[in-house]
Amino acid sequence: MEDYLRQYGLLFLFTGVAIGIPASMLLVSRMAQLARMRPHKPSPVKAQLYECGMETIGGRWNQFNIRYYFYALLFLVFDVEAVFLYPWAVHFKKLGLFALVEMFVFLAILVIGFVYAWRKRALEWR
Amino acid sequence: MTPSLIALAFLAALALGGGLGVVISRNVVYAALFLLVSLGAVAGLYLLLLTEFLALVQVLIYGGAVVIVIVFALMLTRLQDFAKTRDHHQWPLGLAAALAVLGLLAATFVVFQPAVHPLQSTGIQELGNELFVRWALPFEIASLVLLVALIGALIISRADRGE
Repeated sequence: MEDYLRQYGLLFLFTGVAIGIPASMLLVSRMAQLARMRPHKPSPVKAQLYECGMETIGGRWNQFNIRYYFYALLFLVFDVEAVFLYPWAVHFKKLGLFALVEMFVFLAILVIGFVYAWRKRALEWR
Repeated sequence: MTPSLIALAFLAALALGGGLGVVISRNVVYAALFLLVSLGAVAGLYLLLLTEFLALVQVLIYGGAVVIVIVFALMLTRLQDFAKTRDHHQWPLGLAAALAVLGLLAATFVVFQPAVHPLQSTGIQELGNELFVRWALPFEIASLVLLVALIGALIISRADRGE
């Protein structure tokens, strides 16, 4: 139990550092402004939207193509599939042939869906 | 106070705070990010309960894929569609529903007095044994559910073209 907590305590510490570094940058900048070390001159030009130095077309909330949503859902499906692979993969030898066949049936059912999407040309960008 | 108790309090506060942020933030994108905080804290709670695999699933599926799907769904909408969600006409109903669920959970806990078991770690190996031997058929059915989700996603994304 002690080892377990220590192990994840390190992960927790790492997360804290990852959050702390960018947060401290913002905090130091803010403190420098309060101490009048940093100039504070906002202007409409500075507050403009920009993208790669170009003036943007449209507002900041663009409606994206629904096609992206299909890819997000595909990602979700294959993510769930990948999660099922973990308990099988770490225990592969002991589980034996039955589990192997089982896993191939599991994958085959999803491959049917994948082939269907492919045949329907849903994966092509038009 | 043991370290695990401090961690429990911290993670529970983070999960609750994230959930509250989802409800009260005016900007839906911030709400989605608050949801990520809340789901991550729940993953931490799973770690404290010695269910490492569940924590992994929580991070991979909920923290990764589900939040991405939500953010993508937001990107598909137009800002003006959110004009109405900003006036909270529904908040008394939402509050009533939340209180009802809280009351139900608390009442269940008080009435049934669930037994407290000492924590024991469920290894990924036992999980694999159970999943692939005892629960083999439900496992295959899960694959069918995923297939339905895939084909449903295909149909949704094609609906706009009238095919």
